[in-house]
Amino acid sequence: MILTLGSAVFVLVSRNVLYSAFSLMVTFLGIAGLYVFAGADFLAVTQIMVYVGGILVLLVFGIMLTRNKADRGTNQPNTVKTEHRRTFWGILAAGGIFAILSTILSKAHFQRVELDHYEAIERKTTVHDLGVGIMTNYVLPFEVAGILLMIALLGAAYLSGKAQSIGNK
Amino acid sequence: MIPLSYFLLTAALLFSIGLAIVIIKRNAIVVLMGVELMLNAANLNLVAFSRFDPDLTGQFFSLFVIIVAAAEIVVALAIVLKVFQHFNTVHLDEVAEMKD
Repeated sequence: MILTLGSAVFVLVSRNVLYSAFSLMVTFLGIAGLYVFAGADFLAVTQIMVYVGGILVLLVFGIMLTRNKADRGTNQPNTVKTEHRRTFWGILAAGGIFAILSTILSKAHFQRVELDHYEAIERKTTVHDLGVGIMTNYVLPFEVAGILLMIALLGAAYLSGKAQSIGNK
Repeated sequence: MIPLSYFLLTAALLFSIGLAIVIIKRNAIVVLMGVELMLNAANLNLVAFSRFDPDLTGQFFSLFVIIVAAAEIVVALAIVLKVFQHFNTVHLDEVAEMKD
């Protein structure tokens, strides 16, 4: 938990984009660990595969492909810096949101959880339930998600293709 | 077992950090990272509550959230690459017009 939050703070503080990407990886792994503590083993593995294995690699590729041409030939070490702006308003908005959320959370009484109407259910694994559920109750969202992924892939391939194919229109 | 309130507080903190990243950073890719952090914070809430749910509805929902987040990041990175080809920068303040 501390690992997750600390590396998330490092993503915020660090000015080197690549460092923030790698500390984002630590954050995702920490969140996967929290999923395990919450009893969601399948989601933890999915988190590691999708986020750490997929999204983070995409982000690092994006960082490497979007380097400014101006500082490419210099002898500077390969750092990609980002600048901060509106630091005050950012901290203010984030702190405000956190204050609101934490007061609401401390005032909310999740009665069923607190009064032990619901016990934390002990399961050996959630894979069986999730698989059966996806193929029965949630089969329509599952198919829609597949179509959405296909559309996203086609759109991304079209967008990042050759420059003149869009510019000629 | 970790109590529920710790999960909720962690999720709230992660959401705030993601929001701060989105507002403060100027690099478009780092802004995308902030969006991912906010999505993860929402997922953490869903998973934490689904521990008490015999139907696992929260976990199904967060599974679909992960799918949509993956699709979103793919399209967003394609757009960022396109913007970079066009403007030769990914700094958001310098990209203020749709065409030049």
